[in-house]
Amino acid sequence: MRTSFINQLLEEAKINKKIFLVIGDLGYHVVEPFMEAIPERFLNAGIAEQNMAGVAAGLAMTGYNVYIYSIGNFPTLRCLEQIRNDIAYHKANVKIVSVGAGYAYGSLGATHQPTEEIGALRAIPNMIVATPGDPVEARAIAKFSAEYNGPMYIRLGKAGEKVAHSEESLTLSAGDILPVLLDDGNKKAVLACGNILAAAKAQIEEQELPYDLFSVPFVKPLNKKQLKAIVEKHPAGMISIEEHQASTGMGSAIVEQVSDMYAAGELKTYPAIKRVAIPDEFAPVVGTQTYLREYEGLKIG
Amino acid sequence: MEIEEIKEFSKAIRRTAVQMAYNTRTSHTGGALSQADILAVLYSGVMNITPGTKNAPNRDRFIESKGHNCASFYAALALKGFMDYDELMEQYCQNGSEYFEHVSHKLPGVELSTGSLGHGFPVAVGMALGSKRSGVPFNIYCIIGDGEINEGSNWEALMFAAHHKLDNLCIILDKNGMQAMGDTKDIMCLDPMADKIRAFQWNVCDIDGNDIQQLLDAFESFKNCKDKPTFIVANTIKGKGVSYMEHNLKFHYSAPNEEELRQAMEELR
Repeated sequence: MRTSFINQLLEEAKINKKIFLVIGDLGYHVVEPFMEAIPERFLNAGIAEQNMAGVAAGLAMTGYNVYIYSIGNFPTLRCLEQIRNDIAYHKANVKIVSVGAGYAYGSLGATHQPTEEIGALRAIPNMIVATPGDPVEARAIAKFSAEYNGPMYIRLGKAGEKVAHSEESLTLSAGDILPVLLDDGNKKAVLACGNILAAAKAQIEEQELPYDLFSVPFVKPLNKKQLKAIVEKHPAGMISIEEHQASTGMGSAIVEQVSDMYAAGELKTYPAIKRVAIPDEFAPVVGTQTYLREYEGLKIG
Repeated sequence: MEIEEIKEFSKAIRRTAVQMAYNTRTSHTGGALSQADILAVLYSGVMNITPGTKNAPNRDRFIESKGHNCASFYAALALKGFMDYDELMEQYCQNGSEYFEHVSHKLPGVELSTGSLGHGFPVAVGMALGSKRSGVPFNIYCIIGDGEINEGSNWEALMFAAHHKLDNLCIILDKNGMQAMGDTKDIMCLDPMADKIRAFQWNVCDIDGNDIQQLLDAFESFKNCKDKPTFIVANTIKGKGVSYMEHNLKFHYSAPNEEELRQAMEELR
């Protein structure tokens, strides 16, 4: 997924001379094509994320569309106040790109497992939060972000994610919720975000579960109209699934939006929503991504 | 601008800042006064910016990183016509206005909102890099505080700017020797400050930061220096210009009363 994103970004950067990629000394065997093709708009800022985020804001203020790239918690939580004050408050044109969402770096332990940063970033005003679910969505998000002028967080997986969509390419608007599996008779919907999308799809298909599946490539904003339509079409309710803490993640964002719509009289009934997410703990054992998902109960049903 | 004119300008900045503190019962006057001469020199021709060019792509940029000292910064901007003087005096810290008590980018002539320490320096570095990479030439000036430099982000930026030879970047350390709870030498000893920065491969000027001529010379050194960023260690006095405020922690927190205001205005005539 990260390679799909960077390759697409390189294609965009060849045309769009504002795109500038800054890495936090990570991206070996991923960023080299960009570095070699466009050295004048590439920089390794070293292992210093507070400075990297501030530099990105300053660069953006001189006219660039700046991408900062590192693993999970480093370009997000490590420099959260720089993101809030320097980037978001000033509406600086900076894209924060993290790789290794959730348990992608499972064996490296909690330090390398970003499992709270969706919540931290989506609480910040002016910030779009994108969580592509497969390489097709990652490319679409790269295209979207190249055009979008403003702060944005892009949460990528790692490598080898399966393609979930049948389309080769997608064009996204902020907030789009994308159908992946649909059947007219299904009364329940699954909403997945990030690289657990393919696992959710595989489980529904293998177990022949009577559920529609949607991908949520933007946790913020959420398209209210699309979400309302999904709620109304699935009287048996919804299941959200994500590789993030239950608190403040995508499922929380869905519950908040649905609750607000119900309170405003825009929904006639309040749907049952089950949230599948990490149960407020750091994974206490080592394991592969698949193992840790199983260990923390990240399965539908 | 002649030195005497700059001195008069810095006095006007100080008078305005003290009046603002008195009017609104606001704090941080000591740090606002220590940096007044630096601001006066910068806005007297050192920087290539006027109210008419404040949005020009090639304008020089200024970042006030110690955002709590905004009174003297706003005063300099108002006295130079970037913002309306009367509006500043009427609206500073008033409910519903955009004249925040910490530096706000919503105001004309302000590049960056600050207040949380350790933010201005890296953003200034990013602007300097942007100038170098885009080929649009301009200089970036950024005032930081000696309490502020406790923050690690400054030291990340020090490494970065020297490595990338950002000779269009000038950091001015307002070294007034005090921070929120006392003297910097007792809380987090910085000395030998100039030697530390030289070791980071910067062009360093170690000067009296309340001396107009020494400030002018330091900025000249910056403009003549190639391949190294410049760091001016401006040794200043907190509360400079008002005798009872000088090196007095009280005026990190308190506003002058009516009698103190009268005395301050007398001393700043």
